[in-house]
Amino acid sequence: MTVAPLVQASPPLASTTAAAGLPPRPLIALEDVTVRFGRGAASVTALAETRLAIARGDFVALVGPSGCGKSTILRLVSGLLPPSSGTVIVAGREVGAEPVRIGMAYQNATLLPWLTVRQNVMLPLKIVEPFRSAWRRKKRGEYRDRAEALLAQVGLKGFGDKYPWQLSGGMQQRTNLCRALIHEPDLLLLDEPFGALDQFTREELWATMQELWMTKRTTVLLVTHDLREAAYLANRICVMSARPGRILEDCAVAFPRPRPMEVVYEPDFVTLTQRLRTLIMGVRSAASL
Amino acid sequence: MERLLDTVRTRAASIALILGVFVVWEVACLGFRVSDIILPRPSQVVAVLVDRWPAIAPHASQTLYTTLVGFGWGVLVGVALGVLIGSSRLAFQTAYPLLVGISSIPKVAVVPIFVLWCGAGTVPAVLTAMIICIFPIVVNVATGIATVEPELEDVMRTLRASKLDILWNVGLPRAMPYFFASLKVAITLAFVGSVVAETVASNRGVGNMMMIASSSFNVPLVFAGLFLLAAMGVSLYVIFSLIERRVTGWAHRKTDLAVAT
Repeated sequence: MTVAPLVQASPPLASTTAAAGLPPRPLIALEDVTVRFGRGAASVTALAETRLAIARGDFVALVGPSGCGKSTILRLVSGLLPPSSGTVIVAGREVGAEPVRIGMAYQNATLLPWLTVRQNVMLPLKIVEPFRSAWRRKKRGEYRDRAEALLAQVGLKGFGDKYPWQLSGGMQQRTNLCRALIHEPDLLLLDEPFGALDQFTREELWATMQELWMTKRTTVLLVTHDLREAAYLANRICVMSARPGRILEDCAVAFPRPRPMEVVYEPDFVTLTQRLRTLIMGVRSAASL
Repeated sequence: MERLLDTVRTRAASIALILGVFVVWEVACLGFRVSDIILPRPSQVVAVLVDRWPAIAPHASQTLYTTLVGFGWGVLVGVALGVLIGSSRLAFQTAYPLLVGISSIPKVAVVPIFVLWCGAGTVPAVLTAMIICIFPIVVNVATGIATVEPELEDVMRTLRASKLDILWNVGLPRAMPYFFASLKVAITLAFVGSVVAETVASNRGVGNMMMIASSSFNVPLVFAGLFLLAAMGVSLYVIFSLIERRVTGWAHRKTDLAVAT
């Protein structure tokens, strides 16, 4: 088992590949994107001239010191936040107009307490087309079965009729993942989804997440503070600098899948996480000077 | 089983307290020989209620009617305004001072205006009941909708949910516990509103009956009116509590639902 060397960030731009007619185009492309909050002297640059391209079906982790703009990138890609300059391209179109389906999961599970676990999971089907049009017809049949199947896949078989507050934190987060995946999104955005869980639960969820990704091959963009999480789950890790954020390093993670949990104790894995750690510590101290 | 015993015990205690108050009242009046023009005994009040029920009943039903109609309109207008204000931060900040201003006007003061506009009788009572119960409903519904977690709103917006989708699926259900809490306040306030209006400008209703009774020093009848108002207020409060329990059980999960499941 070998770790790919840390390569300098040089993701191809969507426009150049498109111009050259080279398939496949990346699902997501950030081109020289800058994000500033506030105006005038008080403005803060959260993200500076960032370029990032993510291929369809890839699993990319964003790591970096806190406040470096990791979540800002998620909000850009999901269309919740417009860039101050530059373009965000999702599925070949500028963000906001894209026909892609997006699933999102935060650290806070934000399940609706008045709905059962199954109803929570089915919520996106009630809202997203083309499922929405058939909601009345299929909510008791096909959609229900689909939710149950997904729940079973994350180990929550038989919990569909419980209410969220009857579940442990780990189970709530599993439900949250199901809700983010039920409408078969092209893109799954995860913002520290396992951050509030204890070590063992977190590792269980890593395994579940890997399994989900391997069966569905959804494109995933994961924001995390946990370097082991990034190295265990992702195909690619992008390391960001302190504010104003930009991508410093872009390295591939080559451990074969399915990765057993023991992989985290292998020397190559430890070397990788240590390098990432040194990098981020360096960025942090440079920022505080 | 233990929980059941617990509820029985608390219920029994509160009933005993209420009865105790009446007993002390009765005994004190007898012991100190208080004239029934100053303070009638509870037994006298009940006797008046029973004896003169045919005369009292139309007043009671009039008050109940104006209160419920005013309350109904208040709920409609209050929910509409609450949804409107809660859905937008700008609306919330803009309209809030005005609402506070309106709510701090003593409602007795507006009754003459309603009388001027609509004449004496049922209409001003309905309007006063409505005006007085709008404010708590608006504030509670707006708060429930405005405090939806931002993460949840992000999740919904990435699903391309419209504002209406978010309101319908998240905002409104989330506001329900707030709404029902405000209903319990609003229904008791609505009684205040209609009785005040009847006292000032009406020839029907419990408020009017009490005015007439006190001007002829029929103090037991005045107290009968009070008892009647208390009974109606409590009944409606209980009804709304029961509905609340059914609709928003998830918000009281620690006490009820956990046992049911």
